[in-house]
Amino acid sequence: MLKDDDRIFTNVYGWFDWGLDGARKRGDWSNTKALLAQTPEELVEAVKASGLRGRGGAGFPTGLKWSFMPKEVKEKPHYLVVNADESEPGTCKDRDILRHEPHKLIEGCLIGGYSMRAKAAYIYIRGEFYNEAQNLQAAIDQAYDAGLIGKNACGSGYDFDVFLHRGAGAYICGEETALLESLEGKKGQPRLKPPFPAGVGLYGCPTTVNNVESIAVVPTILRRGPEWFAALGRPKNSGTKLFCISGHVNNPCNVEEELGIPLRELIDKHAGGVIGGWDNLLGVIPGGSSVPVLPKSICDDVLMDFDSLREVRSGLGTAAVIVMNQSTDIVKAIARLSAFYKHESCGQCTPCREGTGWMWRVMERMVRGEADVDEIDVLEEVSRQIEGHTICALGDAAAWPVQGLIRHFRPEMERRIAAYKAGKPVMPTAQAAE
Amino acid sequence: MSSKPIAEDKDQPASFTWTPQSEKQIAVILAKYPEGRQSSAVLPLLDLAQRQHDNWIPLAAIDAIAARLDMARIRVLEVATFYTMYNLAPVGKWFLQACTTTPCWLRGSDQMMRCIKDKLGLDNHGRTADGQFSLLEVECLGACVNAPILQVNDDFYEDMDYETTATLIDALKRGEPPVVGSMKGRQTSQSIAGPTSLESLKKSDGVPAWFAGQKAAAAGGDD
Repeated sequence: MLKDDDRIFTNVYGWFDWGLDGARKRGDWSNTKALLAQTPEELVEAVKASGLRGRGGAGFPTGLKWSFMPKEVKEKPHYLVVNADESEPGTCKDRDILRHEPHKLIEGCLIGGYSMRAKAAYIYIRGEFYNEAQNLQAAIDQAYDAGLIGKNACGSGYDFDVFLHRGAGAYICGEETALLESLEGKKGQPRLKPPFPAGVGLYGCPTTVNNVESIAVVPTILRRGPEWFAALGRPKNSGTKLFCISGHVNNPCNVEEELGIPLRELIDKHAGGVIGGWDNLLGVIPGGSSVPVLPKSICDDVLMDFDSLREVRSGLGTAAVIVMNQSTDIVKAIARLSAFYKHESCGQCTPCREGTGWMWRVMERMVRGEADVDEIDVLEEVSRQIEGHTICALGDAAAWPVQGLIRHFRPEMERRIAAYKAGKPVMPTAQAAE
Repeated sequence: MSSKPIAEDKDQPASFTWTPQSEKQIAVILAKYPEGRQSSAVLPLLDLAQRQHDNWIPLAAIDAIAARLDMARIRVLEVATFYTMYNLAPVGKWFLQACTTTPCWLRGSDQMMRCIKDKLGLDNHGRTADGQFSLLEVECLGACVNAPILQVNDDFYEDMDYETTATLIDALKRGEPPVVGSMKGRQTSQSIAGPTSLESLKKSDGVPAWFAGQKAAAAGGDD
């Protein structure tokens, strides 16, 4: 298990002062000026050397992403945009950073912004996080008052602004180009790529969009050295990660752990085990609703990191572990996710707009078994027609849970269809936390 | 995609004027965005209008925002209809937003919904006759380890079940909203059985040993 001394977010549960005094005591802002004395290239190299991969779901190397920004500021300013639109079902880690560790994020904005020669950071926080936004805004004000950001930030000679922008309830705004559209005051509909944001982003200027956790870990990585971070976890999957363990566990919680921790150890040590014991496990969605569900046989020994989960045809995503025990109506659980994606489709691309609604309607019939066995294949086929045929990844995200269900739980779907045909339909069950 | 109701003509006020307090906030908001990019302020201004006007946005406010930001009225209206948090018709004094997405559902959001139906007679999109309560079923609120979540106006109530939902509704009826957060008394997102990490740092106020060591070595050399 990860040692407490190697945890980055020591105030993740809000035990201590989240304000500037408390944050400084815990090490934030301690030698920022010295860090900013390095060149942007040196800082980007350090982040690359740490092996940090983006914490928002895709796992793209953060340092490499930063290096895509132009090396010189021409007539257009550069921007850093922080994606705090945390909405992936199962995921609630950024919430704890925003309300309990806001200074780690703000300091990360300054260092990351400087590394990309940005003049300002916009933090786009989901609108429902009203109280979290109050904390973050108060922390930003504290940082301005203390001269840590703004003109001559930390006495470094570098001018840098941090602005908070609240969203208004749209999952799609977690997609980086939809987020930029929303920040510009439009509907959150994703942009075609290329051009990529590093070339044409916010207001047509070079922009990098990073997840809250990716930015908030940077100051500590630089303080302790990239080699410290790289030594944690597994090769190419380095460092620590905030995990969110929800669903049918005895004690749901957020916890910071080393990447590569076995799923079973994570659940047993931190979440009090599966309700009814490990043998009562049905399946786990290991990385937020968009990644395919894994049956117990895989959960028994899979490791929680990007590459291990990719090998079993799922993904680490946001590290939001949704646990389902044998009491779960698994078809209904996935059908509810289909309803989610139907609700959240922005309506721009036909395969997604029409396909998410179609899949949801078929899934609702599958819950009751009111279908033909052939329709499982049709459902699979239609999901393949959505996946990869849309501007953004919401279409993929809608298709994968359904594909995961068919891959691992097809017998359950067939059983319901047979029961319905025999005049003894399976009644969808209400779900209780036991 | 989703749709939302727009208040009927008889409920629409003829005009909308910003309060002096709102005007001050508008100035703060507009200062965040570069010159010529004031349409970035459309989301914050819609939110401000909603806060000023009993938690819903009349069409007159859409016009006021369009005029202030030099945007076409339809551009403001399409934003107001796209995002779920803008109410374009009256809602209750206590606006209940219940999350029923899979992580909340696995933890018993059905019981929370049943309690709301039993106690208030509300279905999705419903409003009580006295205007005190309204209900909207929403998608993931981003607090899944504290599921199920019931959002009341700006605040998240967590770890809901049938009984705690009843307790919450009774308290709201009395006009005494409980302390925000877990209705089962646990602290934020840590395990209800007590934390499984970080306890060794409790004594030091969360200061990790590596930093205490660095600080001692630097002997006050910080900036």
